[in-house]
Amino acid sequence: MDAFLLQILNGLDKGSAYALIALGLTLIFGTLGVVNFAHGALFMIGAFCAVTLQRLLTLSYETVDPERTDFLGNPMTVETPYVEAWFGPATGGALVDWAVPLAIVLAIPVMMLVGFVMERGLIQHFYKRPHADQILVTFGLAIVLQEIVKAVYGANPIPTPAPSALRGSMDVGALVGMEAYAVVYPIWRLVYFVFAALVIGGVFAFLRFTTFGMVVRAGMADRETVGLLGIDIDKRFTLMFGLAAAVAGLAGVMYTPILSPNYHMGMDFLVLSFVVVVVGGMGSLPGAVLAGFLLGILQSFASMNEVKSLIPGIDQIIIYLVAIVILLTRPRGLMGRRGVMEE
Amino acid sequence: MTDATQTAFPAQTPRAEAARDAQGRRDRMLLLIVALLALAAPILLNPFPTASALAQFNAGYPDLMQRFAIYGILAIGFNILFGLTGYLSFGHAAFLGVGSYSAVWMFKLLSMNVIPAILLATVIGGLFALVIGFVSLRRSGIYFSILTLAFAQMCYNLAYSVLTPISNGETGLQLSLSDPRVLDGPSSGSLPVTSLFGAEMREAATITLGGWSWTFSVGYYVCAALLLLAFWLSIRIFRSPFGLMLRAVKSNQNRMAYTGLSARPYTLAAFVISGMYAGLAGGLLASMDPLAGADRMQWTASGEVVLMTILGGAGTLLGPVLGAGVIKYFENIFSKINDAILHQWVAVLPDGLEDAVVAVIHPFVGKGWHLTLGLIFMAVVIFLPGGLVEGARRAGAVVRRRDRNAPSVESDAAARRAAAE
Repeated sequence: MDAFLLQILNGLDKGSAYALIALGLTLIFGTLGVVNFAHGALFMIGAFCAVTLQRLLTLSYETVDPERTDFLGNPMTVETPYVEAWFGPATGGALVDWAVPLAIVLAIPVMMLVGFVMERGLIQHFYKRPHADQILVTFGLAIVLQEIVKAVYGANPIPTPAPSALRGSMDVGALVGMEAYAVVYPIWRLVYFVFAALVIGGVFAFLRFTTFGMVVRAGMADRETVGLLGIDIDKRFTLMFGLAAAVAGLAGVMYTPILSPNYHMGMDFLVLSFVVVVVGGMGSLPGAVLAGFLLGILQSFASMNEVKSLIPGIDQIIIYLVAIVILLTRPRGLMGRRGVMEE
Repeated sequence: MTDATQTAFPAQTPRAEAARDAQGRRDRMLLLIVALLALAAPILLNPFPTASALAQFNAGYPDLMQRFAIYGILAIGFNILFGLTGYLSFGHAAFLGVGSYSAVWMFKLLSMNVIPAILLATVIGGLFALVIGFVSLRRSGIYFSILTLAFAQMCYNLAYSVLTPISNGETGLQLSLSDPRVLDGPSSGSLPVTSLFGAEMREAATITLGGWSWTFSVGYYVCAALLLLAFWLSIRIFRSPFGLMLRAVKSNQNRMAYTGLSARPYTLAAFVISGMYAGLAGGLLASMDPLAGADRMQWTASGEVVLMTILGGAGTLLGPVLGAGVIKYFENIFSKINDAILHQWVAVLPDGLEDAVVAVIHPFVGKGWHLTLGLIFMAVVIFLPGGLVEGARRAGAVVRRRDRNAPSVESDAAARRAAAE
């Protein structure tokens, strides 16, 4: 039972990332009909928003502290971050400590802007071109974006720790009435799951309960009619592209304590996210979320030793295997609408 | 397209026959030119004297020329699938990888002769393509791309994990002294090298003439011969009724179905052929350097083939080879330009300006060559969907129009007068 719970928890954090990226991919595909291979790069840019904020907050100046000396007896230089000098050591220290969650505030406008520029500058010229062209140009864009990041931040992973309060592990098993220390789980991964659930809920609520969301959903169902009703659907879809970019970026920001950001992390996630989208059903938002969590959990179950000894190597291929079976037996995916990209 | 229509079916009119002859002549010319270029490549690719500062741009060393030829073969094969049928496979690296593995196994078990290794690599590549294609081709468009991607990633992940006895995991498959090598007998002392009936692949003759030095290696000429064979085969496929059917798949599958033709056998055949090309390329890679690693199967390697083909021009004969050459040149030569060399180039500028110029160029060269590649690739997809070949054609058309401007204006006027009368 406890192993079972642990595997579900293990699957949740990866599944959350898959679900968030797949959600953005689906938003873009459902609204604009574009297959965006640069979406992984957006996830990566989000992660580097966190890195940037962390670096900004830790910008420091050096002072010589005459009271402390190193082992040679020379006075030591002490680095003080500017924020600590401005806000006092307590507030400033907290700011530095909480850099990753704070980066959300930075990431939302940045990612929206990146999304707008991408859509207006590039993607909009590709609506009428075949899907293969869209794949190719966004693939090229992904290469360019990740190379720019590599040029600025270097090729090595940059560690970005979670706030110290959220760093350790938590006895989850005790919470649900099991014996102590049966199921111990890192806190930040739980935070990530809760965060993902909030973002997903927010996107769904936005689409469901606002007039804007209603128009967008109408546009997804029948773009032409909405246009004929005198609504400038293009403008709203551009905004949705920005929103999708922001969702991917937020997924990246919060993922940084789990995986130190490097420039190719986007590509690594992209392949799996595409599989997730296809399994969930092209253009189906609930499908993308469901498939994201499902595949994440499935993967963590497949990497259990009991399963691995039964079918060696299954943990490596399970996701792809599921995708192949789904594509061959039910091409519109788990929750895809009939007729949308079935062939 | 119209040319192909005329050649593919038995010519009924003298005019069609003449057109077919002209096409045949053009193709033979193209093949001849490519053959001459391949033959003279060690000289042509070394245009700068060894002592000159520009010598670093020489691409005429065996290792790189072999890569040009091998990746040319890979891209030609990819083009038979993507260029003709429009099916965008994101999993071709898998065939390249299994080709390499089977070639190295052949070296380990049978003989250091490259012939059996290359044959087995091609056959295994074809078999893998048959299985993967049989499943993946049930879908088209983006789903096909993702299916092939999924299969390739599965191969990659398995080669890294449970298939370690076959693939030797992260270390990669290598020769060892204890290999049986049934035909050659046990090796003594040092590791044997790959050869073609005694001619070692690494054997090379260097000719020095004035400041120039040219290296002619056995390995390169083996690759070049196979490249020519592959190129000739692709011309034959492009001009055949089979090639026409593949184009039909691309332009309108529905109409094809209504005519009573099933697209599946044709696309599957194209997929298997292109898989065999990839297997051959993988086998050649292993023949030049008997080593096979799983990273050859990673999906970025599949992406590289796509880049090559699109960059050169998908659906054209020469495009893929050109694209492969450009990308491999970038990877090996462009990536070597470092800051010191940049400073050397712009040394004429005043100091402050020099540093600024170097700082601006720096991200695009050396380790950042991928950035330049990505930008060029995007520009090609956006502005020049036909690739470099299309660009050359357009440039040629502009030049020709300028040349013939005067007469064409006259004939235009004459035609207008005739119409008026």
